[in-house]
Amino acid sequence: MSTETTEVHADHGEHDGMDKKRIVNVLLILLAITSVEFIIALYFVPNFPKFHPYANPLYIILTLFKAFYIVAYFMHLKFEKLSLIFAIIVPILFIIGLILVLTNESHHWIFLRM
Amino acid sequence: MSTAAVSPIDEVKSTPWSGGRSPFNVEYGKLMMWFFLLSDAFTFSSLLISYGALRFSAAAWPSAALVFQSVPGLIEHGAPLVFVGLMTLILILSSVTMVLAVEAGHRNSRKEVLLWMILTIIGGFMFLGCQALEWNHLHSEGFWWSSIPKSLPEFFTNGGKGLSGAAMASSSHAFANLFFTITGFHGFHVFTGVIINIIITVNVLMGTYEKRGSYLMIEKIGLYWHFVDLVWVFVFTFFYLV
Repeated sequence: MSTETTEVHADHGEHDGMDKKRIVNVLLILLAITSVEFIIALYFVPNFPKFHPYANPLYIILTLFKAFYIVAYFMHLKFEKLSLIFAIIVPILFIIGLILVLTNESHHWIFLRM
Repeated sequence: MSTAAVSPIDEVKSTPWSGGRSPFNVEYGKLMMWFFLLSDAFTFSSLLISYGALRFSAAAWPSAALVFQSVPGLIEHGAPLVFVGLMTLILILSSVTMVLAVEAGHRNSRKEVLLWMILTIIGGFMFLGCQALEWNHLHSEGFWWSSIPKSLPEFFTNGGKGLSGAAMASSSHAFANLFFTITGFHGFHVFTGVIINIIITVNVLMGTYEKRGSYLMIEKIGLYWHFVDLVWVFVFTFFYLV
């Protein structure tokens, strides 16, 4: 039993991909993405009415990028075993299902309210 | 029959899934933290998706740029996103100090772990303080659970032109309830995270993890703290940007 635990720990040391340089890189990426969102919200949307339809999809794509960097690097999921990555990512697909079902449903609620 | 070859059924198997070790190659507590966070992710996405569905089905929705346009104590009007930008920055930075604590834990450097943990706790308290100000400001405007301001048109784009009072009232009610419920649930997570961070820091001070020989506990609570940051990224997008 004790050998097993040491094995797990030793593996951790080997797989570890987060040194200080990388942490700062991820921080800079997160700040850059957030500032792009701010530029869209404070400059492009008020000044260019034609840009308006693209704003929300862009926000969501940028948010998903931020989520990827937080989960992959800060939460270290990128450096775990593939089986753990799948165990966490695959159930998230259920959320996509709920999004599809409820957004579809909400279009019917509009008629109920009228 | 004396020294026959071992039958296939008695052979010792050594695949990851044949028992005796973690197939995921992570420690038990960390795996359970991941599964807890997965269930928490479902809770938060149910809340956010319900918000999306109610908003899609509403005739109009209070404009984020008009509801959130003040910096409490400094600017009353015309500064959308400034205060919430500060909150986002605080939470991202406290996430970074948490990773740095984990990184220091890998090197078994107790002093550094302590420093980064204390900074993380300060970041958590700063975020909670900002959120209290934000809530207080919205409350002073008249928003609260099942309560809306008396004058609504100022919170809608173009002063709510062409909208019936009932439509504005119903979507404002939905907005107020959803905003306080979702940010409240998130704030409760931050609060819990701060409490657990404090407990962990006390343990670091007492040398619990040094005696144990590993700072793995920092990684587990670190996962929780990053998850709180992750949820905020989505709350920020869907309440303040969209």
